[in-house]
Amino acid sequence: MANEQGIRVGVDIGGTFTDIVLDNGGRLHSAKVLTTPDAPEQAILDGIALVTAEAGVAPGEIGLVIHGTTLATNALIERRGARTALVTTEGFRDVIEMRTESRFEQYDLNLQLPTPLVPREDRFPVAGRIGAEGQELQPLDEAALAALAERIAKGGFGAVAVGFIHSYANPAHEERAREILAARLDLPISISSEVAPQMREYERFNTVCANAYVRPLMESYLSRLQARLGAMGVGCPVVMIHSGGGLIPVETAAAFPVRLVESGPAGGAIFAADIARRFGLERVVSYDMGGTTAKICLIDAFQPRTARSFEVARTYRFRKGSGMPISIPVIEMIEIGAGGGSLAWVDAMARIQVGPESAGSEPGPACYGRGGARPAITDADLLLGKLDPGNFAGGKIALSVGRAEAAVAGEVGTALGLDTRAAAFGITEVVDETMANAARVHAVESGKDIAGQVMIAFGGAAPLHAARMCEKLGIDRCLVPRGAGVGSAIGFLRAPFGYEAVASQVMGLSGFDADAVNALLDGLKAQAEGFVRAGTEGAITREVTAFMRYAGQGWEIPVTLPDRAFAPADGQEIAAAFRDRYAAFFGRAVDGPEIEIVSWSVRAQDIRPQPETHPLDTGGTPVTAKASRAVFDPGRGANLPTAIHDRDALPPGTRVIGPAIIVETETSTVVSSAFDAVIQADGAILLLRKG
Amino acid sequence: MDQIDEIRLQVMWNRLISVVEEQATTLVRTAFSTSVREAGDLSAGVYDAEGRMLAQAVTGTPGHVNTMAEAVGNFLDAIPPGDMAEGDTYVTNDPWLGTGHLHDITMVTPVFRAGALIGFFACTAHIVDIGGRGFGADGKSVYEEGLQIPIMRFAMRGQVNADLIRLLRANVREPNQVVGDFYSLAACNEVGLRRLGGMLDETGLPDLGALGDFILSRTGRAMRERIAALPRGSWTNAVTSDGYDDPIRLAAKVTVEGERVLVDFDGSSPVSRWGINSPMIYTKAYAAYAVKCVVAPDIPNNAASLAAVEVTSPPNVVNAPRPAPVSLRHVIGHLVPDLVLGALAGALPGRIPAEGAGALWNIHISARPVAGQDGRRAEVLMFNSGGMGARPGLDGLSATAFPSGVMTMPIEATEQTGPIVVWRKELREGSGGDGEFRGGLGQVIEIAPLDGHEFEFSAMFDRVGSPPRGRAGGAAGAAGRVALDDGTALRPKGWQFVPAGRRLVLELPGGGGYGPPERRAPEARAEDRRKGYVSGEEP
Repeated sequence: MANEQGIRVGVDIGGTFTDIVLDNGGRLHSAKVLTTPDAPEQAILDGIALVTAEAGVAPGEIGLVIHGTTLATNALIERRGARTALVTTEGFRDVIEMRTESRFEQYDLNLQLPTPLVPREDRFPVAGRIGAEGQELQPLDEAALAALAERIAKGGFGAVAVGFIHSYANPAHEERAREILAARLDLPISISSEVAPQMREYERFNTVCANAYVRPLMESYLSRLQARLGAMGVGCPVVMIHSGGGLIPVETAAAFPVRLVESGPAGGAIFAADIARRFGLERVVSYDMGGTTAKICLIDAFQPRTARSFEVARTYRFRKGSGMPISIPVIEMIEIGAGGGSLAWVDAMARIQVGPESAGSEPGPACYGRGGARPAITDADLLLGKLDPGNFAGGKIALSVGRAEAAVAGEVGTALGLDTRAAAFGITEVVDETMANAARVHAVESGKDIAGQVMIAFGGAAPLHAARMCEKLGIDRCLVPRGAGVGSAIGFLRAPFGYEAVASQVMGLSGFDADAVNALLDGLKAQAEGFVRAGTEGAITREVTAFMRYAGQGWEIPVTLPDRAFAPADGQEIAAAFRDRYAAFFGRAVDGPEIEIVSWSVRAQDIRPQPETHPLDTGGTPVTAKASRAVFDPGRGANLPTAIHDRDALPPGTRVIGPAIIVETETSTVVSSAFDAVIQADGAILLLRKG
Repeated sequence: MDQIDEIRLQVMWNRLISVVEEQATTLVRTAFSTSVREAGDLSAGVYDAEGRMLAQAVTGTPGHVNTMAEAVGNFLDAIPPGDMAEGDTYVTNDPWLGTGHLHDITMVTPVFRAGALIGFFACTAHIVDIGGRGFGADGKSVYEEGLQIPIMRFAMRGQVNADLIRLLRANVREPNQVVGDFYSLAACNEVGLRRLGGMLDETGLPDLGALGDFILSRTGRAMRERIAALPRGSWTNAVTSDGYDDPIRLAAKVTVEGERVLVDFDGSSPVSRWGINSPMIYTKAYAAYAVKCVVAPDIPNNAASLAAVEVTSPPNVVNAPRPAPVSLRHVIGHLVPDLVLGALAGALPGRIPAEGAGALWNIHISARPVAGQDGRRAEVLMFNSGGMGARPGLDGLSATAFPSGVMTMPIEATEQTGPIVVWRKELREGSGGDGEFRGGLGQVIEIAPLDGHEFEFSAMFDRVGSPPRGRAGGAAGAAGRVALDDGTALRPKGWQFVPAGRRLVLELPGGGGYGPPERRAPEARAEDRRKGYVSGEEP
């Protein structure tokens, strides 16, 4: 069903808008409706009514609904989950409260640490201990667990999390504890060895708590959604997009809702990956900039990179370490507090700073004239001429240059003795540099060089800043696709039906045990394919990855393994592959230490029909614009006469000579003096560096 | 300055910070010892051609960052720029020229641009072993504390110094880990070099001169403004450390005059016979850190912010001359911020927290099989933290490192490195000092050898004899305690033995309280009882 060419609907619930895209044999119909936080399914039903009417199809004709949402993330950030009991190893009651025992801001004497998701009085230690090798050091106290079940039953809890030390190495105690508790409690129980089977107790315990915490809410929402869709005549399966970018059945999502936390941004990355595939672009950086954040993701060989952990709900200026670590497969991206609504200010060093505080949609940037008095990125963009005050959002919002000037001058210009234009330039330059830095750091953490890649820019604010980002990053080509405003929901429709199964098991290559490896990988393959089979009948691809390091190191690098049964001699080949990867990341391989595999993953997904590909058109026939205005060019540091084009009036094969601005309903694409733009066969804009 | 140029320099400053962040990340990702890869006991920074620190990774710990700031100048003194070549990397663990004890390895890599020396990258990390008596207080001089590496080449024109590596391998207990960490430090500077090269290519800047002047003049101006806003005068304070066998007095006088803050340690105890002395370079690092926390927490740390604090002392326990033993210099060094903050409380009443545990409760374990049994030998290092002092307006942070910036290692990672079992590591109930704002809780740790093993451990604990004091009427936090699970009391310093079948029990100090206890809100007291932060029944 998932890869049949039926009618499919992608649904993305965001903080402000719910986006719905209906794909009828390749023809897309989209709608944006306001999110309805009290009953999120309502916005989906309204949106589906709109797109089915527009497409002229009946709800019953929909073959598949693919759904992603920030509901789980928001429940974690806003602490709206269930009261959760954590059952944990005796002696380790405070793991999630003591965190790393460090301060994420070194000099702030008044620092406050985030409150643990499960308060101390709701954390219940039980005797029983597994050792580092998976051996049992002390039997589980089953009688105490039975007694504890009584306490939990009377305690008014909505969910239970179980997290024991070294359960990633041996889950027996956690599984037995679940059995004992489940026999006595009518509550959903999550165990850490299933939710996040990875070493490092703080991260794993926190992840199982997060899962348990959002589980009742998500279970209830998802069952309501299915019921109401059924009532409206949508009888097809609903699948969820998970943070790793694959799809999972709704029942799995309800049991492991923590896997949904980054599902919206994951949709954006898949959208970019699909564009990359359509143009045959092997190395891509996707750049998604909306109202409050910017997301940057590296995509190699049409596949977004994945990681095994990330941090949610940062409490202190997006500072690393100030949120909750979540250990699950995620599309690896860097998210920073830089969007069109991000506010600019001046620090004690007389430096311009931008974000993470945002004007949001209410009151919005000062130029919206809805009471916002502080300068946002959008205000600076307006003053530099990048936006047309009379033609923003298709003319629906009249932008006030005067209010933008007052805000920029008041907050930044006066403090620094800069004229308004220079202050506006400073604001955009700082935010562009911040984003470029984030992209660069992210690339380095991934062992990549960002220069030479192709950028794919989408989201409302990205096309305004993409050209300057490219100048800073040494990128020569950037695509601004059609449909960028609802990119994530389109991405859901493009997602492969996939799942990544992960297990930790340390093995030194000098003692490479082929039989054990084959057994372990067979188990992971079965697990991954089991998930995928729930959604597709078609052919499946698999990718086997070993996470490897020198014995004694604490962090691993991914090494792709051949997908076949291993023989004892294969240890040598795997070691050689590791050394090559290591030297590429860090300069030189290390002489001496043993090489080991720490964890293993198998990613399975269905094989999608290859989309129609077309090469990048880098030629094009130059067109002249009807209009022109002065726009500040950051590379030249001066105002330049700039051609203004209407995107809908530019047919494929036309070339716009920079500096120029290409205007459309939701945003504008800035073509700086360093770039030209060529309209592609599918309507995408290609920014192309001159010369 | 042209307005657009000014903005470009601001942007380049940010870029430089991102370069050193990448440098630090590389060190964590490639390091072998848990102290670096799990606990982040490292720092990384970039310097101009004169050796002035321009930017540091925000992950660093003050004992490394601020010492390294000065150490690069010492490398320049030892190796004249004319003798430096592209592809070189220099190394030392000299306590007086580097970061205070032999276990810290500092590496400095010169940056060349078109054949000219334009700056340096430096990084420091704590390695798991350096030979000698091991990480502990028992050495009678630095000669007993391990292998001394004077400032020399780790790599010459890209070629690793093989003799140094052989010498290292022969002298340390965990040669693979130690040599691996040397490579990791070099890789860290290498990544910095690559990124800085890319930045200069892109911006067209020929060197770090104009950018460095911009950074240091901006920072210097901001520091002067902050110091000008402080009251003028001198204030004193004294703190008692457990010492090794006898208590040690730490005394400080803080003076605000002109554009500087002066800290003088005259009146502190003489040089100790034991390895708890601090070289001046390390004492300065923590004194400057304490002043910055109060005066300029938001100003980036670099040569100009450090220059605003001047530190002096006659030779004594905080200014111990060579060849005094200094292995555990961190115990004294970590108490320096509470000492300095206590003096500043006189200048800025109502703004300074109560005392906290201060020194990390590090423990170094040397584990082995019981004689005649099979098993594993290993060196295991753990960092653990007691409670921080209460703040005016906020309770203290429980089990949180201050002033050190390190993390604890996950128990699951620690138990992978050696045959020990940590049976307990959780908050120590009732250990926070009472007050309107409660001190942070310490923690309780129980460690046993794995079956068939025994271990020696090096104790490096403080605040056992003198608990962290409260401020403004707040009560003291609980003192620390070291014992076996059968009740046998152990000493807070020195190598000691835990036989098979026994557990070592560490009770870490709680932070002092702030303000009179009778002013603590009833709701806060109820919450403390509900969470078990304090024991006792409902009144």
